[in-house]
Amino acid sequence: MTAQEVEVDPVGAGQPDPVISVRDVWKVFGPKASEVPKSPELCALSRRELMDRTGCTAAVRDVGFDVAPGEVFVVMGLSGSGKSTLVRCLTRLVEPTSGQVLFEGEDILAADEKRLRDLRRNKFSMVFQHFGLLPHRRVLDNISYGLEIRGVGKAERAKRAMEVVDLVGLSGYEKSYPDQLSGGMQQRVGLARALAGDPDVLLFDEPFSALDPLIRRDMQNEVVRLHREVGKTMLFITHDLSEALKLGDRILIMRDGKVVQVGTGDELVGAPVDDYVRDFVRDVPRANVLTLKWIMRDPRPDDVLDGPELGPDVVVRDATRAVLAAAAPVKVVRDGELLGIVGDEEILAVVAGQEADA
Amino acid sequence: MAAVAVSGVDFRRPSRGVVVALILALWLALWAVLKGLHTLALGPAQLTPLHQGLNDLNDAIGASRNTNPLFLYFFNEIRLVIDEFVILVQSLIAQPAFGRPLPLIGWLGVVALAAFVSYAAGGFRVALLAAAGFTFLGLQGLWQESMDTLALTLSAVLIALLFGIPIGIWAGLSDRFAKIITPVLDFMQTMPTFVYLAPLTLFFLIGPASATIATLIYAAPPAIRLTAHGIRNVPGDTVEASESLGATRAQTLGKVLLPTAKRTIILGVNQTMMAALSMVTIAALIDAPGLGKTVIKALQTLDVGTAFNAGLAIVVLAIVLDRVTTAAGTRVERARQNRNPLAAKVRTGGLIGGGALTAVAIWLSYTYVWAAEFPSDGEIGGSIAKGVATATDWVQGNLSGITNGVKDFATLVLVDPLQSVLTGSPWWLVAAAVVAISVVLGGVRAAIGSAVCLGLLVATGLWQDAMATLASTLVATAAVMVLGVVVGVWMGRSSHADRFIRPVLDAAQTMPAFVYLVPFLALFAASRFTAIVAAVVFAAPVAIKIVADGVRAVSPTTVEAATASGSSAWQTITKVQLPMARQALVLATNQGLIYVLSMVVVGGLVGAGALGYDVVAGFSQGQLYGKGLAAGLAIVVLGVLLDRLTRAAAARTGRA
Repeated sequence: MTAQEVEVDPVGAGQPDPVISVRDVWKVFGPKASEVPKSPELCALSRRELMDRTGCTAAVRDVGFDVAPGEVFVVMGLSGSGKSTLVRCLTRLVEPTSGQVLFEGEDILAADEKRLRDLRRNKFSMVFQHFGLLPHRRVLDNISYGLEIRGVGKAERAKRAMEVVDLVGLSGYEKSYPDQLSGGMQQRVGLARALAGDPDVLLFDEPFSALDPLIRRDMQNEVVRLHREVGKTMLFITHDLSEALKLGDRILIMRDGKVVQVGTGDELVGAPVDDYVRDFVRDVPRANVLTLKWIMRDPRPDDVLDGPELGPDVVVRDATRAVLAAAAPVKVVRDGELLGIVGDEEILAVVAGQEADA
Repeated sequence: MAAVAVSGVDFRRPSRGVVVALILALWLALWAVLKGLHTLALGPAQLTPLHQGLNDLNDAIGASRNTNPLFLYFFNEIRLVIDEFVILVQSLIAQPAFGRPLPLIGWLGVVALAAFVSYAAGGFRVALLAAAGFTFLGLQGLWQESMDTLALTLSAVLIALLFGIPIGIWAGLSDRFAKIITPVLDFMQTMPTFVYLAPLTLFFLIGPASATIATLIYAAPPAIRLTAHGIRNVPGDTVEASESLGATRAQTLGKVLLPTAKRTIILGVNQTMMAALSMVTIAALIDAPGLGKTVIKALQTLDVGTAFNAGLAIVVLAIVLDRVTTAAGTRVERARQNRNPLAAKVRTGGLIGGGALTAVAIWLSYTYVWAAEFPSDGEIGGSIAKGVATATDWVQGNLSGITNGVKDFATLVLVDPLQSVLTGSPWWLVAAAVVAISVVLGGVRAAIGSAVCLGLLVATGLWQDAMATLASTLVATAAVMVLGVVVGVWMGRSSHADRFIRPVLDAAQTMPAFVYLVPFLALFAASRFTAIVAAVVFAAPVAIKIVADGVRAVSPTTVEAATASGSSAWQTITKVQLPMARQALVLATNQGLIYVLSMVVVGGLVGAGALGYDVVAGFSQGQLYGKGLAAGLAIVVLGVLLDRLTRAAAARTGRA
């Protein structure tokens, strides 16, 4: 979301090793599902054709990506795009048909049942769209459920649960039952349950889709805050582009089970790979997403180059005032090197929405 | 597309009705000519080779019971284990045991225990109800009988749950297993209760084991179904959340699935309990001790007073068991809402105090005769019986004009003509007509099913009796459907009516089938008509509920649209609600038929004759055993025939 994180390129050399690496993952439902990923011919078919040919549904098709430590990685797509199935493949709540899921270099798909349970207990936690709370347990017992099944003692469970209760802003509701809470508060319980086990990775499956818009915004801010405070790696599923742009360091757009594009928010808006993505991002307020590097131009001979300097990753909205106030165009500079300049015209084109499609 | 489908229906439906009418007309015409020919009549004491063969089989099994390995190592073992278990429960509360002249726990102890268990499971109000109810049983002079019934019911319920809940969990978790078990459960529940008593005695002798197993067959399905339903309905997210946190399967089952499904499972326990009580009373026919036996004896001697007294005891027992288990179900919810710490303290205190009192009461009832044997001074059972007998006499003396009028009218106008057509036609004519109707209503496959069933009926050698039973069943079902549509539509359209009538129907459904015979015996004396009326009353609640739900399920928008275009209430009902609730109507007919059939057969006890009588006679007379068995078979075949035919018709209607 911010300029510094955009620079992280997890596959690049010298970068930290990815926490999660997903390679060629397929999930096919139906008879003889395992045959589909093996056959190049079947792989080439569209979902519809595959259905007609074999009776199989390919929910996830040849998906691969990396998630860096501490990153918020968003998978976005419309309903039926396979994003919920994909996130379930990571911890094998849904067993992938083929491919590799590496967690810190270990292949999760090769793990036996016990190892898988260990991973689920200690390394991953998930937050669900419909909360998935236990109606017969109080808030505190819901939160400590994960610790309970790990065999943590009662006193320690309660202590740890109280800590996360404070962290997610549920203080005073510890003794309530889920059905006595609003949707937003219930999802806080879901969040607290996920945090209680102190996992390395948090998975969110459309956690806020069932909430009304105001509460959704609150909860999104809550996630931003939590990410700042606990700094965990997060993988976030959503169908809401503004949510994706707000939370995601990088965003993966899925369609019909396939990856369409992976990139930062400004990359998606500034350089959509195809009409589908372009259509998707059409209504995004570009000034809030694009950075100066997307709108700068090369200096012309008649330009006066004594304007103020700004970095290439400054968001247009934040630069607007400075550019308009300056008498000369703003110089976009990185490490003392002049990359380009931005004048009133470029800024106004974005702010007023008149910029030609890139 | 839709318009084409609709016009297709319009074109076909009347034509189907016309074809059926034509078949019936042709049948009537041929009946007039061929009356009395090939009717396969069989006198009450006459036997066919099949019946004789079944008798011989019975004798052979009796002779080899202690030599045949299948019996030695299988049936006899099961019988012994169940017998032992039932006798243990009986010796606790019902029968003299361990060298004592009285059971271990006397009346005071049982009343205290019942109240305490009710308090723990439900709450203070049901505890009071249980204590009052049980005391009333004693006052009726039926303590021993009631305890016998209770002991048998509880043993059967315990065994049913022991098997039923694990099977239900399995069925809830595995789709494949659910697919296998569902038709089995359907079969267990649709078979008339009366029917499997006799075959069971073949393998397990007359006694507690047969009674318990019969009860199990009838009572276990609700527990299995509702457990599976409860497990299945736990939200997927919740289960996934548990798995995503690394729970083992056992942890997910014990900490998520079972607690979440608890309420539904308790509902299953409730239904199993009511079904068990109902069956235990019927099992009196194979010598199960208890209230059922009192009712049957009284019915056979037409002693309405005594039958009423014992029937009332069954009702009291049913109400107590139903209320307590229902309260246990709602407590699961209530406990969660109630966060008042004082209430929790009161409850803990109540449990400790109540437990202590109960222990004292049990000790007293173990030690002292006055607390063990219900005192006979305050008995009111005799007066109840006498009062009812007087009332019955008065009704029969003074209202006989009305009751006989109703009875004779219905018998002459409805039952007799139908019965004489069915029993008087040559068997092949009836068979041909039924097969032809099957083709029209359900297609070729339904017709083949019908033909097989009809062949089996002929083979049982009880064709004419079967036709007589069929006549009563059809008349009663027609009455049930009239009631079902009238009351069901009323309930479906008015939530007021629904709110008042539904609890009555629920209560009526928890009553054991037997009890329904008593009041009608008082009104109409022993006759076919009595059995028919009892069957109508027994089956109506189910049919009414299904119709009401069907009418209610019609989309309100559609009804609103009909009203907006100016339909009168009558037009809305006949042109919108009933046609759209067609599926429900067919289902109601199907269920109505099954319920009626099982009750018409019980009516064999009060003069309904035909198959029901054959079964009852088979229990009591050795040389008619095989015939009774064949009659039971004929009832099942009749049930299957009617069930399949209505289902096939329903599938047709659904498709069209």
